[in-house]
Amino acid sequence: MLEIKDLRFTADGREILKGINLVIPEGKLIALTGPNGGGKTTLAKMIAGVEKPTSGQILLDGVDITDMNPTERAKAGIGYAFQQPVRFKGISVRDMLNLAAGKTLTEEEIKDVLLQVGLEADEYKDRGVDTHLSGGEIKRIEIATVLLRNAKVALFDEPEAGIDLWSFNNLIRAFEVLREKRDNSLIIISHQERILSIADEIVMIQDGQVGMRGEGHTIFSRLLCKNEGCADGCGKEGGCRE
Amino acid sequence: MSNIDKTTADLLDIVTDVDGKAFDPEKFAGAFNIRSNCTSLGRKSTENIKIETKTDNPGLDIRIAPGTKGEDVYIPACVTKAGIDDLVYNDFFVGEGADVTIIAGCGIHTETGEEARHSGIHRFFCGKNSRVLYLEKHVGTGNSAAKKVIDPQTEVFLEEGAYLEIDTSQLGGVCRSDRKTRGTVGKNATLVIKERLLTDGDDVATTDFEIEMNGEGGGINLMSRSVAQGDSYQKYHSSIIGNAMCTGHSECDAILSDNGKVDAIPQLIANCKDASLIHEAAIGKIAGEQILKLRTLGLTEEEAEKAIIDGFLK
Repeated sequence: MLEIKDLRFTADGREILKGINLVIPEGKLIALTGPNGGGKTTLAKMIAGVEKPTSGQILLDGVDITDMNPTERAKAGIGYAFQQPVRFKGISVRDMLNLAAGKTLTEEEIKDVLLQVGLEADEYKDRGVDTHLSGGEIKRIEIATVLLRNAKVALFDEPEAGIDLWSFNNLIRAFEVLREKRDNSLIIISHQERILSIADEIVMIQDGQVGMRGEGHTIFSRLLCKNEGCADGCGKEGGCRE
Repeated sequence: MSNIDKTTADLLDIVTDVDGKAFDPEKFAGAFNIRSNCTSLGRKSTENIKIETKTDNPGLDIRIAPGTKGEDVYIPACVTKAGIDDLVYNDFFVGEGADVTIIAGCGIHTETGEEARHSGIHRFFCGKNSRVLYLEKHVGTGNSAAKKVIDPQTEVFLEEGAYLEIDTSQLGGVCRSDRKTRGTVGKNATLVIKERLLTDGDDVATTDFEIEMNGEGGGINLMSRSVAQGDSYQKYHSSIIGNAMCTGHSECDAILSDNGKVDAIPQLIANCKDASLIHEAAIGKIAGEQILKLRTLGLTEEEAEKAIIDGFLK
């Protein structure tokens, strides 16, 4: 279980996170959504240890990981797929997957994980994780690195970006399989309806704070509500379109 | 071969390792000559590849018969004693239509603080429609205070339709290196050069390419990747001279670490309006986000840097 307590982050005099409190239980898929610039990616970076909070606490299974660096967090069980994947000159897809798995993967294992993200292993495994891959392709490799980690808490920042419909269906299935393991927590930052529709819980992050939050189907219905008068959420099952 | 001592064997393992397979002279089917401390420890010619001692200079004439296909030539050189200054001239005469792999390389190991040097002067005469893959690794091991110098000079002459790919790397431990490559590329011939350099401490490495594109339809692709660590210094100069309708591409990427310094001076000279020449260059430290990404996979900062550099130089 991941607990976030009164997490705050200030940069260049601007308060980006204004006291976030969240509990992410095991075996749940939590979708973080909300307007761009609201603080979702910053929150994800804080959880992964890529950025340090100004104050507040992050606990993983009751252990305070706030002061842990990214390596220690990864070893503690945090996985993080970057919104903007990093390119590496000279490192192949196979190398990157091996680094993520912490071992030399078999051909079968490489094929399996690449299939989960909609890539044919034979075509991609020996290509460089660099300019030889398109934005969508490199995004899928990024997701694959986290799928391989078997992390206690797996964070995916806008995994849908650049992914075609067919691959997206595979990806949704991969997330569902991860959730079915029950001992993993998934946090997915997304604006995508398909992802929001499978979330156990949806948390709206806006203006550096937790806004609307609740069970996935309830919040999803509210988000779909077309009634401008209920911008804060009408609270009715299925929205207030009836 | 019983006359190969352990130090030489270790160096051979490093410089002639191809895809994880170390050279084994007892089992090797191709032609070879193993040079150590200025003498030949063993040599074998085959029906199609003759290796002969030069009569005018120290070194070898390697004659590959026209039409030879799929054969390998191993000609590594090692220096395992301080105070040695090994100069060798090797000429490769590649017959028309031949298709071979040449594995060279040089390792220097010294235990004392004295200087040891190897200068390999290689010339490639690539016949019409021949195809050659030339693999070369350089390394220095042993006493890090000892000055190990490797100065490779390469000249290439590509006839019509010939293809030569030079894959050369300096793996580390070489204090001084002065690499010069000169050549001419004929009609519809292609030259590919992949160079990788790693320097550390107070190593100095200079690289100087000058290739004349004389034949219509010729092409060159020159790729250099280097890492300068410690207080090391590298100087890179490349000159592609387009004298005919041809294509030329050069790419120079360098990673700086610690106080490493790199000068890159790429030069394109088009003496023909149909010469199409491109150069790309990038020098900088390892991107912080690359380190961060690998750290989120559980690597320490040091492991991440090593993985990035190993990949870059692979």
